Amino acid sequence: MVNETEIWDFLEEVSDPEIPVLSIVDLGVVRAVKIEDGHCFITITPTYSGCPAMKMIEEQIHEKLSEKGCDKVTVDLVLSPAWTTDWLSQSGRDKLREYGIAPPENEVDKSVLFAEPTVVPCPRCSSRNTKMVSQFGSTACKAHYTCVDCLEPFDYFKCLK
Amino acid sequence: MNTLFEYILRIADDSLILGHRMSEWCGHGPILEEDIAMTNIALDLVGQATSLLEYAGKVENAGRDGDALAFLRYDREYKNLLLVEQPNVDFGMTMMRQFLFDAFRKPFFEKLQFSQDKQLAAIAEKSLKETKYHLKHSSEWVIRLGDGTEESKIRIQDSLDTLWRYTAELFFEDQVDEEMVKMGIAPNCAEIKVEWEKTVFAVLEEATLEIPTNNWKQIGGRNGMHSEHMGHILAELQYMQRAYPNMEW
Repeated sequence: MVNETEIWDFLEEVSDPEIPVLSIVDLGVVRAVKIEDGHCFITITPTYSGCPAMKMIEEQIHEKLSEKGCDKVTVDLVLSPAWTTDWLSQSGRDKLREYGIAPPENEVDKSVLFAEPTVVPCPRCSSRNTKMVSQFGSTACKAHYTCVDCLEPFDYFKCLK
Repeated sequence: MNTLFEYILRIADDSLILGHRMSEWCGHGPILEEDIAMTNIALDLVGQATSLLEYAGKVENAGRDGDALAFLRYDREYKNLLLVEQPNVDFGMTMMRQFLFDAFRKPFFEKLQFSQDKQLAAIAEKSLKETKYHLKHSSEWVIRLGDGTEESKIRIQDSLDTLWRYTAELFFEDQVDEEMVKMGIAPNCAEIKVEWEKTVFAVLEEATLEIPTNNWKQIGGRNGMHSEHMGHILAELQYMQRAYPNMEW
């Protein structure tokens, strides 16, 4: 009989379909794991409302747990409390940087209007002399930046609070 | 009439129809980054519509799910604002439409996240974070185009003049809203209007644009009376489900 800690470990092996270097636990998408009478209940939350990866994440959870011998699994989707980049684990942040994606800086643009974009260090050369190309990048959770010093174009996992 | 169901449809259809309009830009953006930005915004809006329509289906409790509500209603049953169904025309018109809507949606979600209805509050809390990014994007473009070249200024001013008549409907209230406000489910429109005006006037000033003096206003969408564009949107939006009922992919 598996316990909840083991389930968390199994979920560490499920990667985010769009950023495979991150597990869904690193990403903070898994909010709760509960076992009742041998039935496993997993609660997940989307990063963005229209995140197209949620269905796939749900299927991958079923697949992984079934592979580990848990067949009675229910995956619930909750919207509140809304996902925030604060839930991204430290190991997740390190993995992102190594992968070439700048992890979220600990601030969201202070005012919505007329604000300067956040300073994001280049994940390749660490220069802070970078500029935002577009607020919207290759996926809903990323913005597009470029490094003025080493000329590397890179994704920034944008802060959401 | 199920008042809560009706109220949720209004919010959901705004997201669905504007999301559809934005998605029409896919592959047609003026530059690659902007193509990606507009489809990102479309994705957020369609995602919000999914959560809202699924919830509406539960509230209605008549066997319709989110997909049935999105794809199998007739035009009179859609309750979105006239503003969001207006055609894209050009990039300036698209950004102005988005800006006028985002400036409303931000304070709206800020208040709706404290709704007595827990599911609406949760959807608002989630959607607000996305809406802030949309508003930042659309307002920056309005400023850049307004305070840009002679051509861009003419076009964006023309967009503002064309769309201004649809802005009164943002604050439309009838017995549905009144009942929802009374129950603590819906926010008060008057407070949102103050916030909207603050944002809109500040950005238009920065953009050196003139606020239209024509005060004639058009309403109708909240009661299902749409402009001629709505049927064309639905023809495309609903084509697959109408041609191949219950198809899945």
